[in-house]
Amino acid sequence: MSEALKRTPLYEEHLALGARMVPFAGWEMPVQYAGIIEEHRAVRSSAGVFDVCHMAEFRIFGFGAFDFLQGLLTNDLHRITELGHAQYTLMLDDDGHIIDDLIVYHTGDLEYMIIANAGNHEADWAWITAHAPADLEIVDESDRTALIALQGPEAIRIVTELAGDGWEAPTRFAIGEAVLDTVPVLVARTGYTGEDGVEIVCGAANAARLWRAILSFPEVTPAGLGARDTLRLEMGYPLYGNDMDRTIDPISAGLGWVVPKAKTGYIGADAVASVREAGPATKLVGLTVPGAIPRPGMSVLHEGVVVGKVASGTFSPTLETGIATAYVPVALAAPGTPFEIEIRKKTVSAVVVKPPFVSSTSLSA
Amino acid sequence: MAHPNDRVYSKEHEWVVADGDIATIGISSFAQDQLGEVVYVDLPSEGDSLSAGDSFGEIESVKSVSELFAPVSGEVVEVNSALSDSPETVNSDPHGDGWMIKLRMEDAGELSALLSAEDYDAFITEG
Repeated sequence: MSEALKRTPLYEEHLALGARMVPFAGWEMPVQYAGIIEEHRAVRSSAGVFDVCHMAEFRIFGFGAFDFLQGLLTNDLHRITELGHAQYTLMLDDDGHIIDDLIVYHTGDLEYMIIANAGNHEADWAWITAHAPADLEIVDESDRTALIALQGPEAIRIVTELAGDGWEAPTRFAIGEAVLDTVPVLVARTGYTGEDGVEIVCGAANAARLWRAILSFPEVTPAGLGARDTLRLEMGYPLYGNDMDRTIDPISAGLGWVVPKAKTGYIGADAVASVREAGPATKLVGLTVPGAIPRPGMSVLHEGVVVGKVASGTFSPTLETGIATAYVPVALAAPGTPFEIEIRKKTVSAVVVKPPFVSSTSLSA
Repeated sequence: MAHPNDRVYSKEHEWVVADGDIATIGISSFAQDQLGEVVYVDLPSEGDSLSAGDSFGEIESVKSVSELFAPVSGEVVEVNSALSDSPETVNSDPHGDGWMIKLRMEDAGELSALLSAEDYDAFITEG
């Protein structure tokens, strides 16, 4: 028997809102409230609030913090030298395979915060602490830290109203302090939906107060993990466990943009350089699948031969069609290449498209 | 949640309204609520022959897919083709416009093996 599921500080709020709770990465999380499609559309058209307290937060402090992280993570930390800046990055093993995808925030002098996937919490912590020099302070803040995402075209206006006069929202991929309804927070202009919005970090004890303050705006809809998945896949954002894992390198995953060619000396760099030189054998592509819903693990065929399987797959509420990602041989990765997907007893057509599947959002505007 | 008592129900959550030898079949309000917003309904063709317990199609929401099972035996005489364009009708009106197929029953006696509304409500409460 596995351990009991963990609950976030917002568990009671979800029950009161009539959420359907499901197990996810060891946590009992809301998959939906009113309905996935309704919540998805609310985020695209107005604003949605998500409990993402299950995610892990680590803080790294000390004179060696920059050098340590520069050697641990793929993206170039020089790009966020300025305080309050953040970047999407990867942590690789020695073979160049992906341990986790992360956001690293330059939160203070000599100080960084990492937000990591819940499912990788223990593995990340073990890897980070095993590689850290002794003179760094590294703290797992996850248990006492809450994370609430407010996403959608109305999100910035709402958080600005909550922060009060004189507060200005951070720019895209930046983080700053605020006090929202008396709650001291960090507001990061990041997210996983393709909409403009923020992810708000606060003390766990204040989470419910903040959640209620946000939901006091009638234009905000509570949104669950179901909508989070359809929103992120419409943008082609990869999900750890589906689109990448400890067998996948960043080049095959299409994440070369967070692994700058000029950077050397980080863990996995030599392996990545080899893949770049030889070229990856397979590549993650986007597929549209009219009239059916592809699900992870289903076989992907080209001219009757199985060439891969669905990595992520769902119904796109915006396009009202099936969308998916899959690893396919590089020779078949060009947009327009036809495939078939085996969906139970049927074989349906699919075609390669270059993500995002949905290109017009408040971020693209 | 009480289900209407003008029909009978299967333990697979289909309902049947019988009119002479014609059985109209859909899924219960409970079933559509469990599924969530329905996005595809895959139904058989007119003329198909079904035995009680046969899978006659699939119903799919964003998160899950369920098979549909014939509660009685017979020949498919009509399918609700409106559901291919408006699958959400299964959510908004599961016992009415969200019906799925009509069968010409081989043996109306099979209906007696199905549950009354009261027994079905008790069945879903037990889980």
